[in-house]
Amino acid sequence: MVASGLFEVWIGAFFTLAIFSFLYKDNPFYKFAEHIFAGLSAGYYIGLIWKSVIIQQLWIPITNKGEWSLIIPGLLGMLMFARFFRKFSYISRISLAFVMGNTAGIFLVSQLHGLVLPQTQSTMLSLTGDGFVETLFALIVVIGVVSTLIYFYFSKEHTGVLGVTAKVGIWFIMISFGAHFGFTVMGRISLLIGRVYFLYNDWILGTLAMFD
Amino acid sequence: MLRITKPLLTATLVVIALLADFQVALSAVPDSAFRTDRINALITIALFSTVILLYTRWARQGKDLFVRKIPGLDAVEEAVGRATEMGKPVLFVPGLQEIDDIETIAAISILGRVAKITATYDTPLMVPVRYPMVLAAGQEVVEQAFIEVGKSDMYNKDIVRYVAGEQFAFTATVNGMMMRDRPAANIYMGAFFAESLLLAETGNAAGSIQIAGTARPEQLPFFIAACDYTLMGEELYAASAYLSHEPLMLGGLKGQDLMKVVIIVVIIMGMLLMTFGVGESFMNWFKAV
Repeated sequence: MVASGLFEVWIGAFFTLAIFSFLYKDNPFYKFAEHIFAGLSAGYYIGLIWKSVIIQQLWIPITNKGEWSLIIPGLLGMLMFARFFRKFSYISRISLAFVMGNTAGIFLVSQLHGLVLPQTQSTMLSLTGDGFVETLFALIVVIGVVSTLIYFYFSKEHTGVLGVTAKVGIWFIMISFGAHFGFTVMGRISLLIGRVYFLYNDWILGTLAMFD
Repeated sequence: MLRITKPLLTATLVVIALLADFQVALSAVPDSAFRTDRINALITIALFSTVILLYTRWARQGKDLFVRKIPGLDAVEEAVGRATEMGKPVLFVPGLQEIDDIETIAAISILGRVAKITATYDTPLMVPVRYPMVLAAGQEVVEQAFIEVGKSDMYNKDIVRYVAGEQFAFTATVNGMMMRDRPAANIYMGAFFAESLLLAETGNAAGSIQIAGTARPEQLPFFIAACDYTLMGEELYAASAYLSHEPLMLGGLKGQDLMKVVIIVVIIMGMLLMTFGVGESFMNWFKAV
């Protein structure tokens, strides 16, 4: 490994350990790493957005391809700068309202097509399947979906039959959370292994190799 | 001569925004202008919209629309009360997604209510955000909350502050805020990812009362493990209606409830028809394209 590469590894190792030091308690090393991280990310995103959005998606299509309609979203973006002037800051609400309104509208259709309709269709299972196990699974799916939907029913108190069904629903929800929990923890452990491997292999062994 | 007044300027800009929207919509229209294969979506949206409009109308007319108690939400006032007694701030994190995410919109709506309560009790509020658009929306609702409780002079723009654009830079900074400012209550509402447990565990270590709400099933287990109260999935969306009791939101919530009943009935009908071997055509009605 060349010296410049090792220098980068040492910086990486220093910041990794500085962030890990938070596990003990808040300390000046953590604060230093935190501020460097936040500052770098702000600077990085300015550069990223300037290049990938302003230049590539706005300036080049307008000037090179004559896509003049892009001036409208550009103008909507410019309106956000009205927030710097107290008297005109209300103008920025138009851009905000545009994005929020669009989101709600697009989300409604995408959720309907991506989740509600396919999920409804997939739950319409025949209870006379290929065998006992299939029938049992079909029953579990139907009961799970219906009882979970009832748990999220807000218009009546969960008492009586509704209460019992909602309780069944919460059991299904918790079992699914347990599976998610295990899956995510495994992912996090692999991230930790990656960082520890970096410290051991790149930093410690890499440094030792330099002096061999 | 035409005078450029505030309403005229606003109207002009709204028209421009609508034109932009129309332009985007047109570019998405395929060769056949009417997608008959999506008629099921059209009917569902029409039904859904009608039901919501009806309920909204009834709510506006003063009809009593019952919404069951959501335990995590009652804890919000309790948490702010605790912060007031301790003289410590309340930390509200509106998730880590942009404003074009429906969970962020729900979070911003809840932020309005939380800001109102904190403003009433003069409790300090801290709202770190990850995106400039969320910053703008957050500042708008918090300022509005201060105006509504008659404390506009107490409003400070830095209540809602931009922290960092990178996910873990944001998390590191918010964790630092938790350990240094020791908020009495941490409220996490919106879309969270791998940072959910990092935030909730730090808040727990700092001794704060914690209330979380997200619709991300993969993050909910972490919030349930590390927070005092958790709003799961749709409870997050119901929260704003429950807290505000505004007719528009209540109408939406009641409409969704009715749609859930419709879906349950449809599922059971479909299941029975499929069991008797005559459900294929019925099931095809729900085919998503």
